[in-house]
Amino acid sequence: MKVSPIANSEVKCYHCGEECKELNLKIDNKNFCCQGCKLVYEVLAENDLCNYYEQEEFPGENQKFKNSRTNRFDYLKDDGIQNQLLDFKSDLESHVSFYIPQIHCASCIWLLENLIQIHSGVINSRVDFIKKKVQIKFDHHKITLKELVSLLSTIGYEPKISLSDKGGEQNLSYDRKLISQLAVAGFCFGNMMLFSLPEYFSETQLLGEGFRDLFNYLNVILSLPVVFYSASSYYQSAWNSVKQRKINMDVPIVLGILALFLYSLWEIFISGNAGFMDSLGGLLFFLLLGKLYQQKTFANLEFDRDYKSYFPMAVTKLNKDKEEVIPISKLEVGDVILIRNEELIPADSILLSENANIDYSFVTGEEIPVPKQKREVIYAGGRQFGNPIILTIQKSPSQGYLTDLWNSECFEKEKNGLLEPLANKVSGIFTWAVLSIAFIAFTFWSFQDLSLAVKSFTSVLIVACPCALAMSTPFTLGNTLRIFGKGKFYLKNASVVEKLAQVDTIVFDKTGTLTSPAHAQIEFIGEELTEQTKSILKSLVSKSSHPLSNRINYFLGDVNLEKISEFKELKGEGVQANFHGEQIKLGSKEFTGSHLFPTIEDGNLVFLSISGQDLGYFYIKSGLRESAPNMIQQLGHEYELHLLSGDHSHEQVSLREKLGQVLKFNFNQSPSDKLQYLKSLNNKGKHTLMVGDGLNDAGALKESEVGIAVTEQVSHFSPASDAILDASVIYKIPAFLSFAKANRNIIKMSFLLSFAYNIIGLSLAVQGFLSPVICAILMPLSSISVVVFTTISTNFIAMRKGLIKLNQN
Amino acid sequence: MEVIFLLIGVSLILAGTFLYLFFKAMKDGQFDDDYTPSVRILFNSQQKKEKKDQPTKPKSYE
Repeated sequence: MKVSPIANSEVKCYHCGEECKELNLKIDNKNFCCQGCKLVYEVLAENDLCNYYEQEEFPGENQKFKNSRTNRFDYLKDDGIQNQLLDFKSDLESHVSFYIPQIHCASCIWLLENLIQIHSGVINSRVDFIKKKVQIKFDHHKITLKELVSLLSTIGYEPKISLSDKGGEQNLSYDRKLISQLAVAGFCFGNMMLFSLPEYFSETQLLGEGFRDLFNYLNVILSLPVVFYSASSYYQSAWNSVKQRKINMDVPIVLGILALFLYSLWEIFISGNAGFMDSLGGLLFFLLLGKLYQQKTFANLEFDRDYKSYFPMAVTKLNKDKEEVIPISKLEVGDVILIRNEELIPADSILLSENANIDYSFVTGEEIPVPKQKREVIYAGGRQFGNPIILTIQKSPSQGYLTDLWNSECFEKEKNGLLEPLANKVSGIFTWAVLSIAFIAFTFWSFQDLSLAVKSFTSVLIVACPCALAMSTPFTLGNTLRIFGKGKFYLKNASVVEKLAQVDTIVFDKTGTLTSPAHAQIEFIGEELTEQTKSILKSLVSKSSHPLSNRINYFLGDVNLEKISEFKELKGEGVQANFHGEQIKLGSKEFTGSHLFPTIEDGNLVFLSISGQDLGYFYIKSGLRESAPNMIQQLGHEYELHLLSGDHSHEQVSLREKLGQVLKFNFNQSPSDKLQYLKSLNNKGKHTLMVGDGLNDAGALKESEVGIAVTEQVSHFSPASDAILDASVIYKIPAFLSFAKANRNIIKMSFLLSFAYNIIGLSLAVQGFLSPVICAILMPLSSISVVVFTTISTNFIAMRKGLIKLNQN
Repeated sequence: MEVIFLLIGVSLILAGTFLYLFFKAMKDGQFDDDYTPSVRILFNSQQKKEKKDQPTKPKSYE
């Protein structure tokens, strides 16, 4: 990864590795692109921490756009907030965990774990790289929470603090209880196998009767933790489902466990035989293994975040022209607040300043800021771009336009009522079938020999124990989740796979889902641009970070840069600069003083004027993703398709042209309209899949049977949903859906396989022939062959559908 | 053959000890984060020899 100095003649910032274009600050023979980066370096150098730069090249994040307001952490002085954030507090020390999104390399870990060198108040700090979290133990007499956060922010690692960050420990990456149950089952199973082996090979005769009894009693002792600890979650789940008058997968499992255990006790203590304790241990071990496999997926993705996670913790309140930082929970209707550049608006409010420039990308997925005038209502979730604005609160943060969605009833209920997992359906039938076979066998034999009747009754229950049945689902679905995850499609849990397979109606959100800001269409309308004008424009827009500038920059393509002077960016208006004495202005109509009256309604317009002369304007329209038309066509054969959009309908014609007639269009949909739309589809008995992004789709995502949140950055933002899909692979939706369907068939086939084993076992059992050896061979054999079958077949089908490649280990 | 009684006892105690150690490790959070330690172990131990005003040049720059 070494960069040769010859190939890279441009000067790179020692801290962040970006080119030092406008500014080149030098200290200690090192170059820095901005004051922020230099400051971080100075702090580190002062504290002997330059090792930071040796772990990785250019480890830092660019500090150019850092918010340098000093009082913005004032709310951390508030005791209530401190109590919410701290994991632990004693007289001597406090513990706190922060989520720091900037953590990205080894240097980050190194620096954050050496905080103690910068400030002696820090006792210890530990990084969890995958979760991007750091846990810090500090002496609150020497450093306050506020100072600690400021310190982190100074060195470029500002923690992201939000209201839902309460209690640090609850989301472990796996279920510790399940692991201990598995460990206990494994321990007991292994030892029971050892004690049972002599029985299988009739070696106990050699050892003498004393050993035989001892081995059996040891087996009983070892089986106790398995039955009473490892299996406990199965009893609970089975009991819950019986209480609701349903039979789920766990009911036959519990029946089998009880039959095995009680019958073995009877065998060992009354008849003096060996019992089936080793099979019992093996059964639980394999079952729990399957459960763990299914559970161990994307634990560090959060699926259930609500609006609170996205809103800021504190806001600046104006109290008779005095600024005061207060926690958001203390905000009241009528309060006057100050919102600075790039801050989120916490509650629905009315604008008191002359104008504002609000970016609702957080809400709608559309990233172009919307201009707002004095007295207009600004909804919570918008982000101000430009000068600070003053607002007065209209509704408390928990009752805004967006947050109303969360009070909708669909957020209250768990939504698994409609579709019953396949395994539960089968296990219902299965349980009744087994029970009736057992009773028939019992009545048949009871005419001849009562003890044989009891034996065949329990043998049926034991051998029919659905270990293979119970394992086919977790292993198939677990493997499917893994394959989906490789394809950047992350499901909340395994039951989503089964729901996906039954979907018949797909609803798409337009903005951010089918269209993408990156595929915007740009046209220049007006005089034709000369190469030189293009060059000038390119140098102009490349200095601005506004999304529209980025698009124009992209549109201009690869032209040379010109030297321009007096560059100025006016937030919410445009950019201007001087080129050989001529003033170039690019921006809003008012800013450029344009006299053109374009008739276009949709899209964004950026006007260009040189020395007061109109040259024309850029017309920018959000573009469809390249893969969208193809995907819609593929899906159109099998599914009913709908499209919802919050925008006006003027793009309908062009969309219909590109996407075809299969889609049902609906424009001007508010977030609650979308929710209602899904609800009415559900009421018609459709199985709905909603594909959307942004908080405005949150209600619809929740109401649909399966909600997929599309996001450009998987770990960053997603509303509550059943699945998260990386925007770059949206074209794979048809493949994902058909794979989910194929999975259902695999599960069905593995059921058949396990039924075949059951028939062999049952035919022996009803005749009363079942011996411990047969049981010990048959049970693991059936389980393992089912697991092998499902794993191989899911991988094979995924390969055929192009979801995984052969050479991927 | 009575030695087998002893062996069984020893083997159970041994296996039980391993189970106990496993639980202890889990409680200490040993399985919570299985990535960061692999990076952490590669850090050099603290070197205080660098002078404040002239830190050594990082290798990656050469």
